[in-house]
Amino acid sequence: MILLILLGISLFSAIILAFIGDRKYAPEINIFGSAATFAAGVALALEVHFHGPIVAGGKFFFVDAFSVYLAVLTSFVSMTTAIFSRRYMRWERKHGRVGHWGMRFYHAMFQLFIFAMLLALLTNNVGVLWIAMELATLSTVLLVSLYRTPSAIEAAWKYFILCGVGIALALFGTVLLYFAAEKVLGEGGEALLWTNLNEVSGKLEPTVLSLAFVFLMVGYGTKVGLVPLHNWLPDAHSEGPTPISAVLSGLLLNIALYALVRCKVLVDGATHSHKAGYIMMGFGLLSILVAAFSLLRQKDIKRMFAYSSIEHMGIATFAFGLGGPIATFGALLHMLVHSLTKSSIFFTAGHASQMHGTQEMDKIGGLIRGNPLVGWGLVAGVMAIVGMPPFGVFTSEFLILTAAMKDAPFLAPFLLLGLGVAFAALFRRVQPMIAGEVPESQSPIKAAHIPVILHMALVFVIGLYMPDFLAKWFNTAVELLK
Amino acid sequence: MNIVAQINSILAALILLTAFGLLVQRRIYGLLHLFAWQGLFLSISTAVVGFVAGAHHLYISSVLTLALKVILLPYILHLLILRLQIRKEIDAVVNIPTTMLIGIAIVIFSYYLTAPVRELSTLMTRSTLAVALATVMLGLLMMITRRHAVTQIIGFLAMENGLFFAATSATYGMPLVVELGVALDILIAAFIFGIFFFQIRTAFDSLDVDQMARLKEED
Repeated sequence: MILLILLGISLFSAIILAFIGDRKYAPEINIFGSAATFAAGVALALEVHFHGPIVAGGKFFFVDAFSVYLAVLTSFVSMTTAIFSRRYMRWERKHGRVGHWGMRFYHAMFQLFIFAMLLALLTNNVGVLWIAMELATLSTVLLVSLYRTPSAIEAAWKYFILCGVGIALALFGTVLLYFAAEKVLGEGGEALLWTNLNEVSGKLEPTVLSLAFVFLMVGYGTKVGLVPLHNWLPDAHSEGPTPISAVLSGLLLNIALYALVRCKVLVDGATHSHKAGYIMMGFGLLSILVAAFSLLRQKDIKRMFAYSSIEHMGIATFAFGLGGPIATFGALLHMLVHSLTKSSIFFTAGHASQMHGTQEMDKIGGLIRGNPLVGWGLVAGVMAIVGMPPFGVFTSEFLILTAAMKDAPFLAPFLLLGLGVAFAALFRRVQPMIAGEVPESQSPIKAAHIPVILHMALVFVIGLYMPDFLAKWFNTAVELLK
Repeated sequence: MNIVAQINSILAALILLTAFGLLVQRRIYGLLHLFAWQGLFLSISTAVVGFVAGAHHLYISSVLTLALKVILLPYILHLLILRLQIRKEIDAVVNIPTTMLIGIAIVIFSYYLTAPVRELSTLMTRSTLAVALATVMLGLLMMITRRHAVTQIIGFLAMENGLFFAATSATYGMPLVVELGVALDILIAAFIFGIFFFQIRTAFDSLDVDQMARLKEED
């Protein structure tokens, strides 16, 4: 029941907002819908926390510790993004960057996107997971091209084509998975359910599953933004409206990684080897290094942080590939803190570009004097994302690094190199933007502060003290992913 | 039984043939016709497999393919081409003979890749899985070698055809809820690229995707 409410709210809000999208109170309804979704998400989490995993709706839904923590995170970040987008999109509307129909479309698709992501997390069916991932892509494609500029359309087209191709390959992988599962579980829908697959994973045909994993890795890996399949990501993040960059970076990448990790567990069970893990480690490490060095060359603020997202998804993928309790715990924590930190950075970066009328970093300056909360928000976000203590990203990166030194000592230096380069690159770029005098081109704006403060406070708290319930969730999830 | 397997193999061959046709056809209406034919072969093949295997949900899948891939999508594309007044296609990046050779290599590679699956399968359709994978890969090749937005979309849809064919030949079709969901996604995608064509046309004055080269890493 709670599952239907959780999914229903966002779908219902999408329909309502399609009708009233540009009215004065539409952003408030958007916030209200997202907040209700978050409340339902928390209720679901409590249910799972006290009564264990839920299988419901004729086995259609399946929620365990791994998916419920991502569901709460997804609904939370979409709520804060809705709060942020109220002021941000009003400014954009006032300055004519987006019109009446654009606003309607934006609000409706924002909620549909949340629905698709929650469906991907809560479903028990590998096929439905695929459908939800595709729906999440389709609902955001036209949001990336919302401003209708040639670059925005180019970015959206790239996003559409590359993710479309990627996800098609993932479907082929799903077909192969179904083929292997059908042999053990018999025909019909039962053979595509996680709950059934996990029970029999030892009996699945290893050769077919290895082949399936290659397709799933390339397919979902495109969505995670792993190098060399990452080309769509910086474009889509830099050209779309900032709230969309925040949810793409903070949420969609996580969901794609979730799908990949679920598949990896099955493949590991079938092949009794670490083959899938090695593939993920390879992709992860390559992403970290390529993204870190690309960071050095960026001129566009949102594009730079998009590359930083690639780097961090690489870290999480590497850690999941590494396996073992510490690395997996670190990876789960990393997904959480990266999502909170990166969306907060996008909020401040979005306001910074509104203040200067450009996303070029050379033209942005004096943020701390111009708007202290935006300036300090950006400082805190960047400090957190490069892995400075006491923020949560430090904790997760430290765990992952420790595990890497123990299990793959020859790879740890590369990991450190990537982190070091990213650290230097981000600081070199961010320092001139926050310090100094206010440039003449800067104009004051009404910024949305609550989301930034909320996110950074959470990342700060998690870095200092891990709440019991969170540790319990993660430990249960680590058991599941063993 | 044997005859049915042969009929299915012939249909698989025809699907592969249309995939190669799509790869080399230059005229845009020719592409549209080939795409519709491919959908028709796929639909017949699905129905035949459904009949022999007694898998009745495949009839629904077959009708869905017929309605979507043979009638609705080509019709929408036809309307779009008329509205956008596209006359001829632009040259591909790679010339025809090279494309064909790459295509042949892809088919051989697909047979190699699916060998373990063929050995394990007991279904009569098992030999066509390689053709299905080849169709997917050829669609991908088409998207890479062509620089026109409409052609790229036809390549994308041909890939989807290959995926449906893979589902029928490897497993007698995915569960119905999945097939319906995939069909719905394709339908939404169709509306999106329809909107896209107009946006691209307005922003770039043509549907040549080579013009989209603003977003690059500058040095």
